[in-house]
Amino acid sequence: MMKRQNAKVFTILALIVLSILVYLAQNKLDPYQIRILNLGAIYVTLGVSLNLIYGFTGQFSLGHAGFMAIGAYVTALLVLPPYYKEMIFILEPLAWPFTVIHAPFLIALLCSGLMAALAAFLIGLPVLRLKGDYLGIATLGFAEIIRVIANNLPHITNGALGIKGIPEFTNLWWTVGVAVVTIYIIKGLVHSSYGRALMAIRENEIAAEVIGINLTYHKVMSFTISAFFAGVAGGLFACLLTTIDPKAFMFIMTYNILIVLVLGGLGSITGTVIAAFLYNFLLEYLRPIEAGFQIGPIVFPAIPGLRMVTFSVVLLVLIIYKQSGLMGGFEFSWQAFFQFVNKLFTKKKPTEGSTS
Amino acid sequence: MSLSLLLQNIANGLSLGSLYALIAIGYTMVYGILRLINFAHGEIFMLAPYFLYFGFLIFHLPWWVSVVIAIALTSLTGMLTEKIAYRPLRDAPRVSVLISAIGVSFFLQNLAIVVFSGIPKSVHRPKFFTKIFQLGDIRIQSTLFASIGISIIVLSLLIYIVYRTKTGLAMRAISTDIETSRLMGIEVNKAISVTFIIGSALAAVGGILWSQRFPQLFPTMGMIPGLKAFIAAVVGGIGSIPGAMFGGFILGMSEILFVTFFPGSSGYRDAFVFLILILILLFKPDGILGKKVQEKV
Amino acid sequence: MREILNIDNITIKFGGLTAVKNFILKVFPGELIGIIGPNGAGKTTIFNMITGIYKPTVNKIYFQDTDITGMKPDKIAKIGIARTFQNVRLMENLTVIDNVMIGFHLHLQSNLLSAIFKFPGYAREEENIYQKSIELLEKVDLEEYKLEKAGSLPYGQQRKLEIVRALATRPKLLLLDEPAAGMNPQETKELMRFIQEIREDFNLTILLIEHDMRVVMGICERILVLNYGETIAEGNPEEIQHNPEVIKAYLGVEATYA
Ligand SMILES: Nc1ncnc2c1ncn2[C@@H]1O[C@H](COP(=O)(O)OP(=O)(O)OP(=O)(O)O)[C@@H](O)[C@H]1O
Ligand SMILES: [Mg+2]
Repeated sequence: MMKRQNAKVFTILALIVLSILVYLAQNKLDPYQIRILNLGAIYVTLGVSLNLIYGFTGQFSLGHAGFMAIGAYVTALLVLPPYYKEMIFILEPLAWPFTVIHAPFLIALLCSGLMAALAAFLIGLPVLRLKGDYLGIATLGFAEIIRVIANNLPHITNGALGIKGIPEFTNLWWTVGVAVVTIYIIKGLVHSSYGRALMAIRENEIAAEVIGINLTYHKVMSFTISAFFAGVAGGLFACLLTTIDPKAFMFIMTYNILIVLVLGGLGSITGTVIAAFLYNFLLEYLRPIEAGFQIGPIVFPAIPGLRMVTFSVVLLVLIIYKQSGLMGGFEFSWQAFFQFVNKLFTKKKPTEGSTS
Repeated sequence: MSLSLLLQNIANGLSLGSLYALIAIGYTMVYGILRLINFAHGEIFMLAPYFLYFGFLIFHLPWWVSVVIAIALTSLTGMLTEKIAYRPLRDAPRVSVLISAIGVSFFLQNLAIVVFSGIPKSVHRPKFFTKIFQLGDIRIQSTLFASIGISIIVLSLLIYIVYRTKTGLAMRAISTDIETSRLMGIEVNKAISVTFIIGSALAAVGGILWSQRFPQLFPTMGMIPGLKAFIAAVVGGIGSIPGAMFGGFILGMSEILFVTFFPGSSGYRDAFVFLILILILLFKPDGILGKKVQEKV
Repeated sequence: MREILNIDNITIKFGGLTAVKNFILKVFPGELIGIIGPNGAGKTTIFNMITGIYKPTVNKIYFQDTDITGMKPDKIAKIGIARTFQNVRLMENLTVIDNVMIGFHLHLQSNLLSAIFKFPGYAREEENIYQKSIELLEKVDLEEYKLEKAGSLPYGQQRKLEIVRALATRPKLLLLDEPAAGMNPQETKELMRFIQEIREDFNLTILLIEHDMRVVMGICERILVLNYGETIAEGNPEEIQHNPEVIKAYLGVEATYA
């Protein structure tokens, strides 16, 4: 039996190893590879946060792109220096208070999370009464409304032109750091009495309510926390891409996260983490397909769109043939890890007799 | 505002509504049977005018022949998406099917980019659709009448099929209870295929009429109309065919009237549509014509 | 003594159907009352109204003098009413022990933050909940299955688990909807003992819907008979067994359950 104390030690060790890896990656890899890893880590945050509301609480939310958008705009407006902002806002002059506010990245990210959480709270109170697909469509509607608003508030968002020249603060320390904090907090929540309440709601709403679980409180809490991390991820995203506009937060963004979630297996944090990176690797490594390539004497011309066609086919095949997710609901724990290692170990030395 | 302008806008709203209604039927029928929001339906809608474009401009077929071929090919595509991407997932969790549907939508969009290229194409408009009618001081293009007229004909045909034929009976049976229908010897898969064929054919008609009204083709053109038609289906009461028609007209009408009365906020047009959706969901979640179902405990 | 539950002449309609009509019931602390009646008589509907899932169309329900009509189910659970369902409603994909521990959530003192970060106060509370849950599971011999998925248990054990989950909420009034359904005679006998036992251990008042006459006649002091939403008889088992009205409406049906 693993002791709690031991698990803690191993976790700390693992974090140290992770830091070393991040250090090496940040210094040794080329910018292109780093960018893919950054995207992967941001998707971890997004996927794990969506997992909270959908995978664990069972509330079908398609609004993540909207919360990301809020986060992205808040961070962009806070980290850009005022003089620069006044310069790029050409459609309409920038509105107060953004003309004077300037904040460090960390503060900006926290504000992003809080604003997204506030939006989620206000939206969630009425909308989380809905169930299933209806909830999905309503939250999708809100995400679209947020996008339309971003398009139509030129003195805050610079309208369809978007905001350019956002400082590239995002690096692996930030993205991986945020991902680790997200996992820590959401895991902490899920493995608590509150998390049990969320899962009870997912499993059987009527039974949950009848044993005294306040549905509104728990659903809104889960939705708000989920949106908080989506907002933070949006901020990271803005400072990774350095350019944002309303088009970046179309439904396809939510869809990408949903794929990560389903590929990783609903309700599995481990699966989400693996799927988040796999997804981004796959997306990038299919890029040559559309750039045109040569196999022997045959030259394949560049065909725009082919990458996405291939990609959607791969996804469809994965979804159809791996219905319970890549990890089949498996969840990492040190105990399972050492059992696994133990098994490997005993298999290698069958002569030493039974180890039961 | 002058009365004539108002009338003109009403005609405008009705014709937009008739297009939404045509697309909404496909959503509502599929949802009624599979409990699936067929996200690929908007792309089915987009394919029809492309097929027409190619038939007419590239293969030089007569326009009406191209229309028939386009509708047939679109229906075939609709049926195939169900066979390939939804049927294997019949017993899977619903979210897998949904993801699969969005995947198909994504696939068709990108396939369209590969095959038709992303450059917008302009559409041929036969005289029939471009005549201008002058009624007093209102000028109305025949597209408006044509789309209303054609929609009404097509929708009547649909009602006939669904409520008066054996196939229609089978479709209604499986939307009430798929398992019992199977036990009673209804060929469920066949009925589902027919549902997709009919839904896609209607979307094709809608897509072609749409391209007469907004004569430009691009691979993502199905997304917004598709989403709005889905909203129309929900507003009318998802699963209900009359509901989808009614919802389509209501949505088209409110959208046009919103733009008419608040021209300054026309940028918020899509947001307004979503707001209607959310309000309906909150206050009448089963839609205007939908049946109220309370879960028995 | 004051009644713990006072159902004051309630009626509920679903569209044109009157599922329960002019239902009156006063329950005194410590009582064990049986509700019987043919299928569709409205028994479950009464439970649904007491637990806030449905709201009576006419009149009120009082629990310890508080008007609970139309109150949300979770509030009603908090003030001390728990129930089981005719068609067992467990959290099927959660473990057996989680299904019991979740019953304690409504009395949790620790706030969200201390739960997420496992502050000592929370850790103590969680440990306490765990111990109590194990004790409850031991009472129904389910302790050895504590890490199994609840949905994988045989039906009879799922019913017991559901009762235990209800007990975890520390109710004063417990509503059992056909607890013996799907149990074999041996299990049924154990169940009867179990109901008697928890009634004493937890000072419970119990309302029991049951088709199995041996259970109802065996443990209830007072029985109500419902038919088409109306109370057609009320009395002790002896009286009910000899009531001609009941024999006409119900006991003819009983043969199929015996
Ligand atoms: N939500 C609802 N909507 C419509 N009718 C309902 C609803 N709930 C219950 N009914 C109807 O009310 C009547 C009483 O149902 P109820 O479930 O209370 O019966 P019951 O006495 O528990 O029967 P059984 O012994 O079969 O469990 C039935 O005719 C049932 O169909
Ligand atoms: Mg019942």
